[in-house]
Amino acid sequence: MNFKELRDNFRTKKISAKEAVKESLAKIKDDKLNIFINHFEKEALGNAEHIDNNFEDFKDKPLSGVPIAHKDIFCTEGLPTTCGSKMLENFIAPYDSTVVKNCLDAGSIMVAKTNMDEFAMGSSNETSYFGAVSNPWNHDLVPGGSSGGAAACVSANLTTISTGTDTGGSIRQPAALCGITGLKPTYGLVSRWGMIAFCSSMDQAGPFSKDAFGCAALLDAMASYDEKDSTCTKRKEINFEKSLSKDFGSLNVGVIKNIEKLGINEDIINAYETSKTVLTGLGHKLIEVDFSELSSGICSYYVIAPAECSSNLSRFDGVKYGYRSDGEKDIVNLYMNTRSDGFGDEVKKRILIGTHVLSAGFYDAYYLQAQKVRRMIKVKFENFFKDVDLIFMPTTLDQAFEKNRKSDDPNKMYKEDLLTIPANLAGLPAISFPNGFKNNLPIGGQLIGKYFGEDLLLNTTHKIQEVTDWHKMTP
Amino acid sequence: MAQNDSLIKGWQPVIGLEVHVQLMTNTKLFSPAKNQFGEDANTLVDLIDLGLPGVLPVLNEGAMKQGIKFGLATNAKIAETMIFDRKNYFYPDLPKGYQITQLHYPIVRDGIVEVNGKKIRIHQAHLEEDAGKSIHDKYEDKSVIDLNRSGVPLLEIVSEPDIRSASEAVDYLKKIHQIITYLDISDGNMSQGSMRCDANVSIMKPEDKEFGIRAEIKNINSFKFVEKAINFEIRRQIKILEANGVVEQETRLYDSIKDETRSMRTKEFANDYRYFPCPDLVPTNISKDFIESVRKDMDELPEEKQERFISTYNLNEYDAGVICADKQIANFFEEVVKDADIQLAAKWIIGDLNALLNKHDINLAESKIDATNFSELIQKITDKTISGKIAKEVLEEIWATGTKVSEVIDSKGMQQISDEGELENIIETILNENNDQVNAYKSGKDKLFGFFVGQVMKATQGKANPGLVNELLKKKLS
Repeated sequence: MNFKELRDNFRTKKISAKEAVKESLAKIKDDKLNIFINHFEKEALGNAEHIDNNFEDFKDKPLSGVPIAHKDIFCTEGLPTTCGSKMLENFIAPYDSTVVKNCLDAGSIMVAKTNMDEFAMGSSNETSYFGAVSNPWNHDLVPGGSSGGAAACVSANLTTISTGTDTGGSIRQPAALCGITGLKPTYGLVSRWGMIAFCSSMDQAGPFSKDAFGCAALLDAMASYDEKDSTCTKRKEINFEKSLSKDFGSLNVGVIKNIEKLGINEDIINAYETSKTVLTGLGHKLIEVDFSELSSGICSYYVIAPAECSSNLSRFDGVKYGYRSDGEKDIVNLYMNTRSDGFGDEVKKRILIGTHVLSAGFYDAYYLQAQKVRRMIKVKFENFFKDVDLIFMPTTLDQAFEKNRKSDDPNKMYKEDLLTIPANLAGLPAISFPNGFKNNLPIGGQLIGKYFGEDLLLNTTHKIQEVTDWHKMTP
Repeated sequence: MAQNDSLIKGWQPVIGLEVHVQLMTNTKLFSPAKNQFGEDANTLVDLIDLGLPGVLPVLNEGAMKQGIKFGLATNAKIAETMIFDRKNYFYPDLPKGYQITQLHYPIVRDGIVEVNGKKIRIHQAHLEEDAGKSIHDKYEDKSVIDLNRSGVPLLEIVSEPDIRSASEAVDYLKKIHQIITYLDISDGNMSQGSMRCDANVSIMKPEDKEFGIRAEIKNINSFKFVEKAINFEIRRQIKILEANGVVEQETRLYDSIKDETRSMRTKEFANDYRYFPCPDLVPTNISKDFIESVRKDMDELPEEKQERFISTYNLNEYDAGVICADKQIANFFEEVVKDADIQLAAKWIIGDLNALLNKHDINLAESKIDATNFSELIQKITDKTISGKIAKEVLEEIWATGTKVSEVIDSKGMQQISDEGELENIIETILNENNDQVNAYKSGKDKLFGFFVGQVMKATQGKANPGLVNELLKKKLS
């Protein structure tokens, strides 16, 4: 059952929220893929009962009666929020993030919180303190990251929707590797209040579902102007679900010139070429764009993101909350040992890089330079969008890979994000959807849109999914 | 550049001040927690002040207005766009591990204040958040943290190194204090920490083209200590340089008990704060319209008030200047003279009241004196209920206890004796008891007149109406 079927069944009283939650929880408890960090039976059942008892109030809400899993990066009042780290293993937030609250108000029931790379730093979900997540299509493979648990959860049909966050590809890459649909919204569409920061200037929360329909409904719930987040943009409210049925007419779609030069796997390119014919079949016009310069984005990203994270993670010092190293006699040792023991290697590596690039004498050469590249990429996209309405490209260079294969080679791992990072640097919305299979493993394609053009992204993906079946495949 | 009268042993001190002013706002700079002093520890703390995971700052527009007011009062440039930066360092009373401040794009730059006729330039004034308070002396075996102050808005006012002596530094600081209290942007209370001062001090020879190496003295918390700390530091540097030593660039602490500055950290161990623009706050544009709306909202400045006092109350320039030096005093004066004689009130405020405030080193609000009571004191002098001399005693009493003037006079029987018959009796007794002096006076020793007045005053505990005493004595002795 996909999201729409489940919600329709609730709305027509074929299934109660409580039954849906029970069904979902049964599967979650049986999970062998290490998808979850915590699940919440008592709270979920209580919440479902509340929704069932107030059926009329909830039945028309975008997520009415549907169980949802939240990435464990969103603070949940009174319940653990670990961010995949030992540092926050026992942390219980005293407040709800805006995303969690919005989803609750929209009639969904949180059943569990999903595993993730520690503090969202990783592309394979292997940096989690709570262990790696397995890809539902092949348990020896990674699900991608950092929202690996969230993507695997929907892929394995444990819930029909889940939330993720995307700083450099952390929604789109796992969506591609797990064969589902995932959207990174425009920076500023979804509030960051209560979402534990990794790289504040790029972090953006977004929806996972099997298809564009589920993503649209979940985005309707997630997106809101929030005075608590100064980077949130006030905009005209769009109903994304309704916009799925709109006719945007024939579009100019930018496609990548000389794609074979980007180091992309042949199977991915084949799927890409097939999708191009789907796009032309839908009446869209393809226009080649030169993407070669955008690959410098990865260097810029791996300066800016660590710089911001080195500052954002300073608050985890053992003084106020979270893990604290025992028996320290002075404050310097408390800091050093708390942070040495509480953070994993990948997080520590990025904190060190970030500290270095912001240091006196290196700031201009790294941080400032990276910001210039970032501005250049933004301008480049603005120029693209003078000629095209959307840009289409693969989401990843490769399909899902084996656990431990890339974790020892940071360059290989960081390259995973080559095709997803440019949208983050520019703050643009982008959606990944399944567009092919090879060796019984999914392949993802990606559409990048103009600022606040989520309606067009979802609509176009929806139209593709009306004529293709990739999103219906199940592991 | 050097002014010779400020040379010390042939050395020219060069001083710049960084003044931290806590702004009076309802809430903190980036959180909805209340901005107040003196509440129980950790009761004015929001999720944001705690630096919890996932929280985000939202700028308090009130604090921005306060900053703009200061800029307008010092003829400074107000930023078209201001940007907040993060200053990264670890300290337990800094929950986020960074302070949000403004480095390159402050709200105010290039201001000027006039101190004793000399222009001292303000390099910039920027908004930033205060840290919490670490308390080390409350418990024997642990330090504790109070986060009530965490996130309180500060305006840091950075002068150019235009100051040439410790006393000029104090005058500059007093000027800043006057401006911020007049603008009502801060209470400027140094003992409670709502105004704090760091001083950058170096010395040079008058003929030198470049400044000497400076030391920064941190967190000086009274006008008196500013002067002492700077003077100590100047002497210390002179001693070093005259022994052919080198002054180290370092941060020093002033110890008011030992009256000395001590090294806190040298340049070598200086923090690398890794400033970068705070990504949680977008650059803030300040429109001309907004600035104008703030200007309309501004209170009268000291010079404006002084002029008004001269024209409205017919005060002379000196008196108006002294009264307007402190906004509290100026407001107090206006309250008092609603019912009391203007010139007499001015005289008493400038003289006796000011003397008491100075002696006890407190401000008017901290004292027990209120305007209604003080006004009554002046009225009692005017209507001759008490003499000026008794009035001083009454003032001492209301200063100490805050009792109403009329009650003090009644309970202590301080009313002037103006009853002629009563005074005549007293005078006759005294003249009878002092026959020798009476004879001496009558034989030409005029100076003894004062002796008789004194005796009468002594007998009446000073309550005799002096004019009447004079008149009656003359009559009796003639």
